[in-house]
Amino acid sequence: MTELLVGTKKGLFVLEGEPGSGFELTARAFAGEPVEYALRDPRSGVLLAAVSSPFYGPKVFFTDDPAGEWDQASGIALPGGGDEALEKIWILRLGEADGQIYAGGDPGVLFESRDGGATFELNRGLWEQPTRPTWHPGGGGLCLHSIETWPGDPDRLAVAISAAGVWLTDDGGQSWRQGNEGLRPRYLPEDTPEDEVALCVHRLRRHPHRPERIFMQFHGGVYRSDDAGESWNDIAPGLPSDFGFPLAIDPADSDSAYVIPLVADMDRVTPEGRVRVYETRDAGASWTPRGDGLPPQNAYLTILREAFERVGEGGGLELYFGATSGAVFGSGDAGASWFNVAKNLPPVYSMAAS
Amino acid sequence: MPRVCLREPLKRLAGNRAEHDLAGATVGELLQALEGAHPAISGWILDERGVMRRHINVFVNGERGAQDTDVEAEDRIDVLPAISGG
Repeated sequence: MTELLVGTKKGLFVLEGEPGSGFELTARAFAGEPVEYALRDPRSGVLLAAVSSPFYGPKVFFTDDPAGEWDQASGIALPGGGDEALEKIWILRLGEADGQIYAGGDPGVLFESRDGGATFELNRGLWEQPTRPTWHPGGGGLCLHSIETWPGDPDRLAVAISAAGVWLTDDGGQSWRQGNEGLRPRYLPEDTPEDEVALCVHRLRRHPHRPERIFMQFHGGVYRSDDAGESWNDIAPGLPSDFGFPLAIDPADSDSAYVIPLVADMDRVTPEGRVRVYETRDAGASWTPRGDGLPPQNAYLTILREAFERVGEGGGLELYFGATSGAVFGSGDAGASWFNVAKNLPPVYSMAAS
Repeated sequence: MPRVCLREPLKRLAGNRAEHDLAGATVGELLQALEGAHPAISGWILDERGVMRRHINVFVNGERGAQDTDVEAEDRIDVLPAISGG
């Protein structure tokens, strides 16, 4: 049984089912509230949700039962008395240490929990990064949206911020350095200095069995790093467009990645009115469209950066994504064929699968 | 003392009580006093800068107020979510 946690503009939707036999809605929580992301921690069974109430501000909640009571996590706030306020939590990620959970948000901030999500603490190293005053937000805000851990090593982390590029740490977040060599932003002048921070990364994914390999969807560009995010190589040729938001991988194959191209930054919908996922199995040397079962015409969908997730691997790889139209699609055969999971949810912000 | 009146979900966070008699000379001081008495409500009305959230409205004796609005002993302060959304 697969559980999908679908964060939407109007609440969290929990769906359960299996490819081929359909999915059922088993719970809805935070009705009417934007749920940016939700995550189940398989180590504890606890479910966490990042909720951005337009009235009461961003919060993280946790529960054992999504249909029951939720408790508010503490510590999800910027230092008091400053000039800035937390705008939103974009993503939650499991850490490598026991009870470790990360939360990334706007304005380009990282929080860490060591007790399974009940309490969080702001990562001071990134908060006090000297270049922070030069960071500028993308259209969605100054969002820290990707948190990629290093399997077995809690000290090593890669995070990405739109639009402040990739940041790497080897000491548990005490110090950070940029990892942007090779990125070519078309929205900046050609003679922009190499150390420019204004890099609009849309999504990172690290391969768990080959952790020095990370794939990236950029704001106009798809890249691969083979040195743990220090430098990047363009792998977009072969795609109908190098613009898009989300990215997924098959953990069983470190040469694999999946992207969902959109037309361009000025037209953020699926190209030619067709919904297709593109797959590479040779580390980006070539791309294959996977659209069997997806809308083939008159379909102009937008799939956001957190709205594409996988569960399983290899022959058992399942893929799921949701669109801002409220449609959710799934594949039980690594993208070879697709089916409708749900048709009429609110705009989908995020997807988690377990 | 001025009386701060809350509705759900703020009421639940403030000890499940809708009415709170608090000391303060302005709306902002009353909201800080409310946080002091009920820490669970911290961050819901005022953000970490101490600024009232953009989509929260306050009314003093039925008239629209602001964080720096002066209040007096018999005043009633209603804290309500704004009419907004999409």
